[in-house]
Amino acid sequence: MTVELGQVSLLAALLTALTLGLIPMIGTYTGNRRFIAVSTTAALIQCLLLIISFGILTSAFVVQDFSVEYVARNSNSLLPMHYRFSAVWSAHEGSLLLWELILAVWIAAVALFSKRLPEIFRARVLAVLGWISVGFLLFIILTSNPFGRLIPSAVEGLDLNPLLQDFGLIIHPPLLYMGYVGFSVAFAFAVAALLGGEVSRDWVRWSRPWTLIAWAFLTIGIALGSWWAYYELGWGGYWFWDPVENASFMPWLVGTALIHSQAVTEKRGAFGNWTLLLALSAFSLSLLGTFLVRSGVLTSVHAFASDPTRGIFILAYLAVVVGGSLTLYAARAPKMIQGGGFAGMSRETFLLVNNLVFTVMAAMVLTGTLYPLLIDAIGAGKISVGPPYFGLLFTWLLVPMVLALPIGIYSRWQEDTASRLIGMVRWPLLASLAIGTVVWVMQPTLGFVSAAGVTGGAWVILGSLFYVGQFQFKKKSLKIPGSILAMTIAHMGLGVFLVGLSLTSTLSDEKHLRMEAGDKYQMSGYTFEFLGTKIVQGPNYTANEGEFIVSKGDEEITRLYPQKREYAQRGNMMTEAAIDPGFTRDLYVSLGEPLDQSGQAWAVRVYHKPFIRWIWLGAIFMMTGGLLAAANKRYRRKMPAKAPVKTEAKEVTA
Amino acid sequence: MTPTRKRRLIGVLVIIIGVGIAAVVAMSALNENMLFFVSPTDVEEQSLPVGKRFRLGGLVAAESVSRAEDSLAVTFVVTDGAHSVDVRFDGILPDLFREGQGIIALGEMKPDGHFEADEVLAKHDENYMPPEVADALEKAGHVESEQ
Repeated sequence: MTVELGQVSLLAALLTALTLGLIPMIGTYTGNRRFIAVSTTAALIQCLLLIISFGILTSAFVVQDFSVEYVARNSNSLLPMHYRFSAVWSAHEGSLLLWELILAVWIAAVALFSKRLPEIFRARVLAVLGWISVGFLLFIILTSNPFGRLIPSAVEGLDLNPLLQDFGLIIHPPLLYMGYVGFSVAFAFAVAALLGGEVSRDWVRWSRPWTLIAWAFLTIGIALGSWWAYYELGWGGYWFWDPVENASFMPWLVGTALIHSQAVTEKRGAFGNWTLLLALSAFSLSLLGTFLVRSGVLTSVHAFASDPTRGIFILAYLAVVVGGSLTLYAARAPKMIQGGGFAGMSRETFLLVNNLVFTVMAAMVLTGTLYPLLIDAIGAGKISVGPPYFGLLFTWLLVPMVLALPIGIYSRWQEDTASRLIGMVRWPLLASLAIGTVVWVMQPTLGFVSAAGVTGGAWVILGSLFYVGQFQFKKKSLKIPGSILAMTIAHMGLGVFLVGLSLTSTLSDEKHLRMEAGDKYQMSGYTFEFLGTKIVQGPNYTANEGEFIVSKGDEEITRLYPQKREYAQRGNMMTEAAIDPGFTRDLYVSLGEPLDQSGQAWAVRVYHKPFIRWIWLGAIFMMTGGLLAAANKRYRRKMPAKAPVKTEAKEVTA
Repeated sequence: MTPTRKRRLIGVLVIIIGVGIAAVVAMSALNENMLFFVSPTDVEEQSLPVGKRFRLGGLVAAESVSRAEDSLAVTFVVTDGAHSVDVRFDGILPDLFREGQGIIALGEMKPDGHFEADEVLAKHDENYMPPEVADALEKAGHVESEQ
């Protein structure tokens, strides 16, 4: 039958991955060009095989083949068609297959779009990626086969977890995985550079666009997860410092440090070893995240009921990848390039501050996430680390970063003077202080920390914009160089995010209420009137739908229809919040539970959330900036085989 | 010492001091925000300090949930099979909160011996039991047929 074909092509993919890992690698050491040439073919065949395998699993969902155990557990004959596609990656086995498919797509992309790289280097990159793929394919085939049959076949499926029957789930995991997995390319470039003992900084330039694309996907993937949690979980929160959120956030933090240190290494040759280490760490943290999610060692909203062999497998895999790459690093890094020196006041220093802040942040999150495991392992009790820990540390760590960022944009490589820099940034600095003060006076409830956050956000945005403006003025032309445009957009994203975060964290109102039909509640100038509930029938659920009129003064703003759904097959209750989104505020209502037998009185959550959209808007800016930077023309120019290393160059690239 | 070396030394010192301060701040923040997980048996045996926040986990006892007439206040009993604790909560319970379901409540013990929760968590997947709860049930000798 066809489903078995899916498994066969998985096995074939494993053989292809082994070929990809082995043959070209041997070729690079023996100089056999035919061996080296195998890499492209193997990468493309592997991708094709995984597309077939994934397609077969998808078709089993589409045609509702309940003789496949994975389909029977995560689908149902009433499940609407679009969720049958996303149900493929709704649980452990399928999401791993998606992970592997995306890895294969990245590998194929490297094979297709890196023809300009030196042959040997390119073959090594692909071979390293091949080994990563071997590990994951083994993991799927040995512990998490999605193609297992149910004998006898199930008559009806258990249904997809209702929380996951949502648009957010269709796009969140693929985008997040694109980011997670994409760091494997930066990892492979770093390992290949170490293997070859590359005495040039070319490898950094080659790996930059890949890293930027992965980072952009990870950024938007995390933001989508946060947005999904906000509207789907029905409690108005957008980030919970849950271990699994942390697991995706750590690679992001290190990835952010990486794209900045790559800039230094590419332009100046400095931070060479540090860039290597970050490239190895970003992907290692992606794997650690996978381990935390898949092994069930941590209490998390995302954890699946899981079996311990999976955890052990990933732990062993993690040990090989981290241990192997760090050993290689220790052996080879001292021979790698050393960059030119720089003064205390220079762009290098500002980027160093960036890197310190981001790596310290990542270390803090790692500590907070793994500390409970450590305490448990030494038998000192079961603990968890509360969100205030993370909140406090981030607030403090953001201070040096936000202060330094705009100044860093204006600073020159190698050497600069404080007086010149202060002269450059005085206008945006004064303007942002003025904005912060005005906002605080208008909203006294904001408090010092949030007012400082708004000021910092404005400082980052204005500092970035002013730089572009000044640049334009000097050049007297309307064309902004792509790299500067990209940087400005991404940095503005941070500013927008900061403003949104500061405003929403202190100005939000929330209330849990008991409401009966006809009850009204006033919040932040809005009146919420509850008209009652009625029964609504969905494709695979029955819902109590509440109706609320939201008005300001005499004017009706909107009507909100939150639902409380009961999914037929599993009997699960699900809250479907109703939101009136806006640029400056969200109005958010969700139903709790019926409080009396007749269903007249309901527990209701009402929220007024100012500027919450800015948090995700900031992420969209960052992603756009990342993609624009990756699209920069200089990465597509043909590279000379041996670019001269200009460590002592005197020219100043602003 | 050459000026370059001196500058580097200062740079390294600044970094070490910065990281040191960060580590101290982090550890103290970690200790302040550490929440212990406690089972009803632990509550019974250890007479936990009143006024210290922790996480209480176990199953919601059958027919123990009772609501106030005119507010969101609710009381229920959390049990691990061997012992149980009365819990009070004023707010909206999660969707998967049910009698017989494994839950985790955050809050503190009050002098009269009940647990005042400010947050109640139930998991998204009805087959999933928080590892701490599963562990506590096992210790208390409560055998879960399905787990």
